Amino acid sequence: MEVNIQTEPGRVIARLRGEIDHHAAIRLREKLDRVIEGGEYSLLILDFSEISFMDSSGIGLVLGRYKLMKRLGGHLLVRGACSRILWMMQMAGLEKLQIFETERTKKHETDE
Amino acid sequence: MKPMNESRITFLSRSMNEGFARAVTAAFISQLDPAVDELADIRTAVSEAVTNCIVHAYPDRLGPVFLTLRLYENGKIQIRVRDRGCGIPDVSKAMEPLFTTGGEDRSGLGFSVMQSFTDRVRVLSRPGKGTTVTLEKYINRRRGEGTD
Repeated sequence: MEVNIQTEPGRVIARLRGEIDHHAAIRLREKLDRVIEGGEYSLLILDFSEISFMDSSGIGLVLGRYKLMKRLGGHLLVRGACSRILWMMQMAGLEKLQIFETERTKKHETDE
Repeated sequence: MKPMNESRITFLSRSMNEGFARAVTAAFISQLDPAVDELADIRTAVSEAVTNCIVHAYPDRLGPVFLTLRLYENGKIQIRVRDRGCGIPDVSKAMEPLFTTGGEDRSGLGFSVMQSFTDRVRVLSRPGKGTTVTLEKYINRRRGEGTD
């Protein structure tokens, strides 16, 4: 599991790479939260494009970061999840949170 | 029905062994030549079962996790994940979607994922003695080879 965390004014972009299981999720959470809580950010983008495996620990990770961003008055966007990962997240009811990047949210982000 | 091949592996309940359990399972069942999706289903289900041992069965200590893999002629794969941990007081409660005792960052979906990705999930648990999770999945034996 690797993560490339890039910060810009107001937002954090985390590009995740490899496998997300419970072992990786603990380390990932620590790294992400340290960055998010160390600055003034209203948007966290989690990029799943290069994730090759995820189990339900990944759902917990997304849900936990969603709550954290909400607590800080910001929001979370999930980018690039493959159909399998997307299906698991939908099974967990995450589509209700409106965190999946769509063409509309993509445009919105570029406009900002 | 007797399995045509069997493997037993024991490892400590360290979280780094979640990846080891997936890798060893994938390597062993590759004899049945599963499709990419079938392999991903099994890797995910094993990951959930082993994670449960690490997070819940042995919350404050390390203990052994026993993984038994059995392959059958008809394409059935049986995976047994056993621990000697604390056990589950109420199995049906534990299997409810979203139920967790694992804190904020656990989704409570481990058993739901196991059920979605396999054909059968059985859980036997005795509080104070341990838990055995048995997963079964039939894979499509398209080529019908690899049995020698």
